[in-house]
Amino acid sequence: MSLRGRAAIVGVADAVSPTGELDAHGRALEARVVREALADAGVTLADVDGVCHGQSSVGLAEYLGIHPRFTESTNTGGSSYEIHVEHAAAAIAAGLCEVVIGVYASTPRSDRRHGRSREFQRPPGPNPTVEWELPYGLRMPMGPYALAASRHMAEYGTTSEQLAAIAVSTRAWAALNPRARYRDPITVEDVLASPMQSSPLHLLDCCLVTDGAGAFVMTSAARARALGRPPVYVLGAATCHDHSMISQMPDLTVTPGAVSGGNAFRQAGVKPSDVDVLMGYDSFTITALLHVEDLGFCAKGEGGPFVEDGRTGPGGLLPMNTNGGGLSYTHPGQYGMFLIVEAVRQLRGEAGPRQVRGAEIAVAHGSGMVLSVMSTLVLGTEGALS
Amino acid sequence: MSEPPRFEPPISEVAEPFWDATREGRLLLQWCAACARPVWYPREVCPQCLGSTLEWRESPGRGVVYACTVEHKAQTRALAAPYVVALVELDEGVRLLSNVVGSPPERVAVGDRVRITWEPLPDGRRLPLFEPVDRAGA
Repeated sequence: MSLRGRAAIVGVADAVSPTGELDAHGRALEARVVREALADAGVTLADVDGVCHGQSSVGLAEYLGIHPRFTESTNTGGSSYEIHVEHAAAAIAAGLCEVVIGVYASTPRSDRRHGRSREFQRPPGPNPTVEWELPYGLRMPMGPYALAASRHMAEYGTTSEQLAAIAVSTRAWAALNPRARYRDPITVEDVLASPMQSSPLHLLDCCLVTDGAGAFVMTSAARARALGRPPVYVLGAATCHDHSMISQMPDLTVTPGAVSGGNAFRQAGVKPSDVDVLMGYDSFTITALLHVEDLGFCAKGEGGPFVEDGRTGPGGLLPMNTNGGGLSYTHPGQYGMFLIVEAVRQLRGEAGPRQVRGAEIAVAHGSGMVLSVMSTLVLGTEGALS
Repeated sequence: MSEPPRFEPPISEVAEPFWDATREGRLLLQWCAACARPVWYPREVCPQCLGSTLEWRESPGRGVVYACTVEHKAQTRALAAPYVVALVELDEGVRLLSNVVGSPPERVAVGDRVRITWEPLPDGRRLPLFEPVDRAGA
């Protein structure tokens, strides 16, 4: 049974601020975006019979006072929310539930300012990460991505200028989004002049640290058509992971997105050239570069030349991260929810100055942990489905 | 004021032979008796065949830098930036995360030949690090 067209996203909401801080946190913030997403969808809390949450769907459901018959707490880091959509679509298609909400909220920036505890919790040992990686001082989260960048450069001749081009194009999108954290244009030289973090990654190759929250509402295709908003259908959804620690990644230049992407495209019956908007998780510039290759927008190793002339920026052939991305819009730690929200807005034609004209197919491609867990959603309009 | 000691890794039960051997400066790797392949990191079963007969064999500790980064801000106070963190691919074919020492950090590059060197830990174990192989002398 294919998932194609069986379920749709019918409501979305996100809370972000150009200051990087929000005035709510925790369950209160989650409840706010759930309320907005439900209103966007035109359904009520009483309709909800499925809940997705990256930490505890049980705790969230209790707080909201609902009794779901589908519950989902998969936590794969940043790609959790793409997986939630995948699993919710499957559950809806199988008749396990009919109206599913997914939510994410995190406020690292204001937590720090208000002294709310967010201390790094070392996982209880012994475990492989603590025993075999922690002693060497690999900086988290950028270190593993820097290792991947070094390998890509050595193997394919990719340059820091090419990685910087991704940050430049993404900032150009952010300039069109009044809610983005950073909107001033930057150049390749600006990126290269920003302080080196984990070589070869500079500060402007790295995502932001902001507060943020988001939510989605999904339902069956039949019920979606009866609601007021244009449905955004799940055309394909697939996930793959191949390691947890960076030392166990089979090839640092190939992510498991090469598997999840192909499977999601096949299910959707589309190819990369059909994609109007790519929302590709940009925790770092190298992350986005690997997605472009692994999803098949260009051949392996050709990501550098592919992105260097603004191809992924406004007016480019492959609009990527049109909200301004994790690099310039928001990044509260697990960014995957915001990929979904922006893909839906683009497919509904609600993206304002940054709208990609006539967008019918969007990809939301989440990346979790240290290039470990990739989850690809191919989303489409009614027109893309028929 | 001296720097705090380097983080001392815990010892998992399965890796006790590995850590014991480090006290004598010997690098041990597990090999699966069934599929004759090396296994890293140490575990109870082979990740290729789930075979549970894993033998410890000494490794010469030679390899190549598979990927590397220079950390410009230390992750921990025990290390002074800049320092190199690398994935070292041993000649046996497994990859270890480690530090490359004994070279200016910016000189370490993917493809460099390296060999094992040991850093003493406070409890008498030693941490496996790597240093460039001097091409002239190697």
